[in-house]
Amino acid sequence: MSTTIASPPAAIAVPQPAPSRSRGYWQGVARRLSRDPVTLFFGAILLLMALAILFAPLLAPHDPYQTSMIRRLRPIWFQDGRYPLGTDELGRDMLTRLLHGGRLSWFLGITPVLIAFAIGGTLGVIAGFAGGWVNMMIMRTTDVFYAFPSVLLAVAISGALGPGISNAMLSLTLVFIPQIIRVAESTTTSVRNLDYVESARASGAGALTIVRVHVLPNVLGPIFVYATSLISVSMILASGLSFLGLGTKPPEPEWGLMLNTLRTAIYTQPFIAMLPGLCIFATSMCFNMVSDGLRSAMDVRA
Amino acid sequence: MLLYLVRRVLYAIPIALAVGLVCFMLVQIAPGDPINAIVPADAPQEVVEQVRRDYGLDKPLPIQFGLWISRVVQGDLGRSLATGRPVTADLVSAIGNTLMLALVAAGIGFVMGSILGTIAAVFRGSLLDKAAVGFAAAGVSIPHYWLGMVLVVLFSVTLNWLPAMGAGPGGSGSWAWDWEHVKFLILPAVTLSVIPMGIITRTVRGVVMELLNQDFVTTLRGKGLRRGGIALHVVKNAAPSVLAVMGLQLGYLMGGSILVETVFSWPGTGFLLNSAIFQRDLPVLQGTILVLAIFFVVLNLAVDLIQTALDPRIRRA
Repeated sequence: MSTTIASPPAAIAVPQPAPSRSRGYWQGVARRLSRDPVTLFFGAILLLMALAILFAPLLAPHDPYQTSMIRRLRPIWFQDGRYPLGTDELGRDMLTRLLHGGRLSWFLGITPVLIAFAIGGTLGVIAGFAGGWVNMMIMRTTDVFYAFPSVLLAVAISGALGPGISNAMLSLTLVFIPQIIRVAESTTTSVRNLDYVESARASGAGALTIVRVHVLPNVLGPIFVYATSLISVSMILASGLSFLGLGTKPPEPEWGLMLNTLRTAIYTQPFIAMLPGLCIFATSMCFNMVSDGLRSAMDVRA
Repeated sequence: MLLYLVRRVLYAIPIALAVGLVCFMLVQIAPGDPINAIVPADAPQEVVEQVRRDYGLDKPLPIQFGLWISRVVQGDLGRSLATGRPVTADLVSAIGNTLMLALVAAGIGFVMGSILGTIAAVFRGSLLDKAAVGFAAAGVSIPHYWLGMVLVVLFSVTLNWLPAMGAGPGGSGSWAWDWEHVKFLILPAVTLSVIPMGIITRTVRGVVMELLNQDFVTTLRGKGLRRGGIALHVVKNAAPSVLAVMGLQLGYLMGGSILVETVFSWPGTGFLLNSAIFQRDLPVLQGTILVLAIFFVVLNLAVDLIQTALDPRIRRA
């Protein structure tokens, strides 16, 4: 009798169903992913590409900056495979340039999305959870950026700031922040009005606790899935900026810039000139398919 | 309805002003003195000071913004640093070319996307469906500037069927809807159409699938309606949301055609932007972006209004 009176408050206040439930959820996600051959296939290609560009200095047969006036635009398998994918317009080995170029292209494509995920996710959750005038301020500001088509906004900011890797990344980050804010805000708003958040509030939990325990675990997944779907767009846009001369500067190897400098070669070595674009396409397609697979495995709607 | 209309139009005004502010800030964030966006860098000092006073660049930023907006509203977007011509004059012909390209591309994308999406939805889960979905995924993942180059290699370099660049024989003169001109339009338009094609395919597939599962379709089938009759009802219900997506896509095409226009040397806004970037011609950059963004705002407004007119259920406050 006396024991039941002493213990209740603490026992009721800390139900802690979260860890076991969330583990079950992630197990379910993993199980669904393992039964999805399409996603696994594209994921495996992504992994291979990531390893190849990570170990580019070890794998690449030549120096990416070593030019040669006598070896310009040589065909595929030149010199019995000494230049497996031929050479570019300045006589540099294409395979080496593609491997090294992937590093910058992936970096330029992924980093802006990650930064935008952190900033946009935070602002969106704040807007969705706080509501009222905070929501109003944040969302009306994003409306303005939404009034620009994303390519145009990226070109505008990059064009005004001038060429350069950091300017290109800054402009892409600014393009993605409003998009992530919108998704974060709408998912947070829908979670905020659910019964268990209401009951947590009624039982006296503070705003920070509610966000940490009840809101974040439920909104981070959908926001993350949305962010992964942006990587594909970001890769295309980042390489596109380089293609316009707004991103990387020569002689740095980067797929978009390589595609641009090889444009003159489409009449002499069309296949080699197409290779950097093929790499961008493959990466973007893989990220898209993996993101789609994640979305259905995590059962995220919209 | 009228109240909604007025409200929606009124809401577009602050957005348009804010878009103007962003474009105004473009010159401010550009490295160097904003005066360099108006006079060439090698102008004599007296001229620079004179212009600074004339344009009010010695005044605080908010007042500068007000002066700039009042000039813009009167159609004065400044003069190009490279050519000295008024930006507005260059923009008029460029916008026309871009709009034509975007409209044709949107048309191709819309028709192809609707067909593919409907087929995918009707034969759900079949090989046809998978092919359409894969095609749509490729359409949104492909770097379209690269696709443009691939098409040039195929149809211009190898087969020699279509021209690789320009907008008409002998430069970008007057446009006419004959084969001599239209053949210049085909490759850029097809290149640009893959993105809306992919997105429309996905949208139509989703919408039609959902509609086919609804009770009213079952009822129509029960009443003995044939496929054609059911299709009519489905189209009527799918149209508003598909049209909305399409309208936005047209805006994205206008703004996003810069890369494709660069590949094909198409004399539109993208080409103008590209040369402005290359020559650091800030008035041209600012003016072009402003006009394209305002076009997008107006398009958004039009899409909303048309959508509401077609489907009163989605009227929002």
